[in-house]
Amino acid sequence: MSETYSVILVHSTSHAIRAEKVLRAAGIPCKMIPVPRHISSDCGVCVRVGRADVDAARRALEAAGLEIEDIRDI
Amino acid sequence: MIYFDNAATSWPKPPQVAEAMMHFLRDVGANPGRSAHRTAVESGRIVYAAREAVCELVNAPDPLRVAFTANVTVALNMALWGLLRPGDHVITSSMEHNSVMRPLRALERKGVELTVVRCSPEGFLNPADVQAAIRPNTRMIVLNHASNVAGTILPVREVGHIAHAHNLLLLVDAAQTAGAYPIDVQADGIDLLAFTGHKSLLGPMGTGGLVLGPRVDVSRMEPLIRGGTGSRSEREEQPDFLPDMLESGTPNAVGIAGLEAGIRWVLERGVEAIRAHEMALAQRAIDGLRAIPGVTVYGPLDAARQTATVSFNIAGMEPSEAGLRLDEEHGILCRVGLHCAPAAHKTLGTFPVGTVRFGMGVFNTADEVDAAVAAVEALAREARR
Repeated sequence: MSETYSVILVHSTSHAIRAEKVLRAAGIPCKMIPVPRHISSDCGVCVRVGRADVDAARRALEAAGLEIEDIRDI
Repeated sequence: MIYFDNAATSWPKPPQVAEAMMHFLRDVGANPGRSAHRTAVESGRIVYAAREAVCELVNAPDPLRVAFTANVTVALNMALWGLLRPGDHVITSSMEHNSVMRPLRALERKGVELTVVRCSPEGFLNPADVQAAIRPNTRMIVLNHASNVAGTILPVREVGHIAHAHNLLLLVDAAQTAGAYPIDVQADGIDLLAFTGHKSLLGPMGTGGLVLGPRVDVSRMEPLIRGGTGSRSEREEQPDFLPDMLESGTPNAVGIAGLEAGIRWVLERGVEAIRAHEMALAQRAIDGLRAIPGVTVYGPLDAARQTATVSFNIAGMEPSEAGLRLDEEHGILCRVGLHCAPAAHKTLGTFPVGTVRFGMGVFNTADEVDAAVAAVEALAREARR
């Protein structure tokens, strides 16, 4: 079965870099990717995680005080 | 050549600074926080790494609450214009640089009340005088961490306690101390730390920033400049989150790359070790200069209470002439005059003539201090004739 993904949307590239650091420290695989066009017309980046890791990712980011704009499946 | 103008701009820089800037220009180049391709993200990572380096240096908890600016003056203006409103009262010292005094005088004309607390002739500030100046509408205390004229260190931590006890914001101008003197924004009670990259952080000109503590409510802060941030592009209003709300327009990412390398160099050497080296140079200069007949040294005269910036005058010789002759005849580069700080010179009793200023830095040596003292001695001897 091929892996399915979700993307975590944050305020800016700086926030995405911070989110990536927090997730890596928590042992959650992730990758910074451009925000898919069907989700937002913004020109920035977001953080992609495996769909199975979404809850753990949310907890890790909230514990670090990082505001999440949205989490969407892709 | 002896470079004694580090209080204006440090020189030389560690080789890593130029290397980091070359790497950015040659291999990265893209706009941080704008596009999402690989070099744009790499550029964003370099800028983010610099935020982390700033946080490590001053013990700030959140890299996203570091906003980069062109220099400390912009950072100070951002904090002052962004947070003070007509009817607010603000307290500062009589040792401030014009980067604080000029915006405060302009705000005063717009209805902000200002108290300038008088410092001693050595530049010392009595925290009790700050306490006594507090009014019901006081909102902020603005303090120079160390004088750019006489090096005098102001009691930031004591004033921080006073500020917090009265629920006031403390804005600190760390132009002369960041990288040269320990700063701990949490222990010192600093809510807003304005710094510059091109002095003791050993970065290039055109870099600086503002570190915002958790007590600063950014929803009550007006950005000085608004524009493109790469975020929330669908909206025509400025983002309300840090750092983007304070970072409009393409940043000086190449400079910030160099700044990060400079801060890393400082962290590796250790601020305490740098401070010890500069203290030894300062005391050597103070003692050497004071022993010369006809030379007056200003400020604390005690390296433990000041930075490695030493101001003096030679009887019978204008600072401008002394500066010219130190350069032309002795190869000593320093700064003379009022150093953009008329209030400080009035406090020290050196207004309007000014002083000769030796601004020593981490790369200076005891031998250079001795050579400079000997040169001043030769000029003083001539001036006595």
